[in-house]
Amino acid sequence: MTETPVLQRSASGGPSAPRGSTAGGSAAPDAGGVLELAGLRRDFGSFKALRGIDLTIAPGEFVALLGPSGCGKTTALNCIAGLMPLTAGRISLGDRRIDELPPEQRGFGMVFQSYALFPHMTVRKNVGFGLAMQKVPRKEAETRIDEALSLVRLHAQGDKLPGQMSGGQQQRVAIARAIVIRPPVVLMDEPLSNLDAKLRLEMRAEIRRIHEAIGSTTIYVTHDQDEALSMADRIVVMQEGMIRQTGAPEALYERPLHADVAEFMGFRTRMRGRVQSVQGDRATVETGGAVLEGVARNPVSVGQTVTLMIRPEDLLAMVETAGLGGTVRSIEYRGRAFFGTASLADGTDVFFRSEMRLSIGQRIGFTAPPSQILVFAEDGS
Amino acid sequence: MSATAPARQEVRRAGIPLRQRLRARGIDGITLLVLPALLALIALFVYPFVYGLVVSFAPKVGPFYENYRKFFSDPFLRSTIWHTLALAFPTTLLSILLALPIAFRVRLMRRQRALTTILLLPMTLGTVLVAQGLLTYLGPHGWFNRVLLLLHITQAPLLLTNNYWGVFASLVLTGFPFTFLLTLSYVSGIDPALEEAAATLGGRAWDRFRRIFLPLLAPGLAVTFCLSFVQSFSVFPSAVLLGAPAGSTHVISIAAYQAAFEQYNYSLGSAIAMIMGVVQLVIVIAVLASRQLFYRGPVGGTKG
Repeated sequence: MTETPVLQRSASGGPSAPRGSTAGGSAAPDAGGVLELAGLRRDFGSFKALRGIDLTIAPGEFVALLGPSGCGKTTALNCIAGLMPLTAGRISLGDRRIDELPPEQRGFGMVFQSYALFPHMTVRKNVGFGLAMQKVPRKEAETRIDEALSLVRLHAQGDKLPGQMSGGQQQRVAIARAIVIRPPVVLMDEPLSNLDAKLRLEMRAEIRRIHEAIGSTTIYVTHDQDEALSMADRIVVMQEGMIRQTGAPEALYERPLHADVAEFMGFRTRMRGRVQSVQGDRATVETGGAVLEGVARNPVSVGQTVTLMIRPEDLLAMVETAGLGGTVRSIEYRGRAFFGTASLADGTDVFFRSEMRLSIGQRIGFTAPPSQILVFAEDGS
Repeated sequence: MSATAPARQEVRRAGIPLRQRLRARGIDGITLLVLPALLALIALFVYPFVYGLVVSFAPKVGPFYENYRKFFSDPFLRSTIWHTLALAFPTTLLSILLALPIAFRVRLMRRQRALTTILLLPMTLGTVLVAQGLLTYLGPHGWFNRVLLLLHITQAPLLLTNNYWGVFASLVLTGFPFTFLLTLSYVSGIDPALEEAAATLGGRAWDRFRRIFLPLLAPGLAVTFCLSFVQSFSVFPSAVLLGAPAGSTHVISIAAYQAAFEQYNYSLGSAIAMIMGVVQLVIVIAVLASRQLFYRGPVGGTKG
């Protein structure tokens, strides 16, 4: 019964976006239309946690809010759930304004970082809580609890108390409890952060599978870019209470618009340089005594100070020390290749890949394909 | 090497010094720190209790159970149990009922300390001072009755002193801070995410209280009830000062006092004290046992 039809997906589908069918469920969750956040602001005293969030989320979409801790992503989620009042802005679902409703009237399923399972209730009671609140008839409730538990593969554990389960199982109970009420929107607050690495990988696929199966809109908060990249239809990168960039995982990974987003997407080496020439979107930049060609991600002009960013896997170490050169500071083997750090003459740290083991203190050169070097105009930061 | 391992273990076990073996059972130098408390407990509680028990079975006249027979056959003495229960039960319940909603509000406040201090003041004042204050405040010419008369809520002053209600008010006032502090600690111990989760699942405030908070609080409230009940049950100063010590507030501690220090019948006084202890114990055990009906595990969330 966990078999579900393959769903057609569109990253930014309109109101007619795909809708899943619950396993055997008569009523598919009412995806409720487009979730629209307009100008969300939230202050804590003088601290501005959200500085104007605008975001439109299509029904059935899986959106990841990605950002470092303190960027406001959890605050945004709590505001959407109704657990925190807005300082300004509005939230609407379809054509209904919901930001003034208390959480119990929004009907969004939420999965908490700490799971927040009711410790005195069995797994079945936990999952059935939302149904009891909706006064769903007992027989239907039992069926739906069974469905939800099957969906998270816990059908045999219904009579346990949460305290008798492992972290991963509790996690799945929390998901079952949130989705059994067939919410139009499922909110997840770093649900995998308390699990170990192996379980995290498994649960990523699980959550994605469950999302496909129920067809609800999912908003997933995380600080782990791998999670966001692997699960989301669309990633929203947040920083300092603002949205830096939104886009499909591939787009964000390949074409970040901002140096901070690039850093979050794995461009670890950050070098400053001066533009020598510009040709289309290609810019030639002088940095650390070498001249590199890269892709300009925003308009740059000759003579401008810019930031060059490269991923470790694209910056290859060479024995020849012509051009960009540095001194090896650390090196470690990660299977297939070595990765290390080196200091350039001006003290900049670079993160590189190497085909062979290098010794610390060794002088090396670097090469990188121009298409993998990103050039960002410096903007005061 | 593997062949010699058991033998080596044998040698080691034989060679373990006594001190180390004791430590393995959790007994070491720090255990000695218990001694002063233990001595005090024996000297100030166990010995007097046993002494009192023995004295209570040595009446001035009659068989060894004469005191107990007398207590239960004399309606004036026997009724003290009901008088005391009639005060202790409702005041304890009322304290908890008042403390719960306040604790729920205070738990969300940033500056709990100021409010907590105000609420705790009655406890620091002592029962006699509170009783004195209430005697004037609730008296026929006190502020309470004056305001009622002024607002034409009553036509004649309410009789609130030298009767049941005076003692009642005093017990609630002095018992409340203690009840409140305990309740607050139990309420704050519950992970707020549980309530948030219940809210996102459609639970309204009353559902969240009844289905999440109350079951998780019940064991703690039972403990609070017991501690607060025991305090109220031993009411003495306010029953004398504010009540009708010869009538409706002739509580069991007054009976014991009168027997021992007005009739100089220590034996009867001890017997009454023993009866008082048994009644308390029965109720406390009953209430604590009822905790078995509830979940008693951790309530701070379920992080794995």
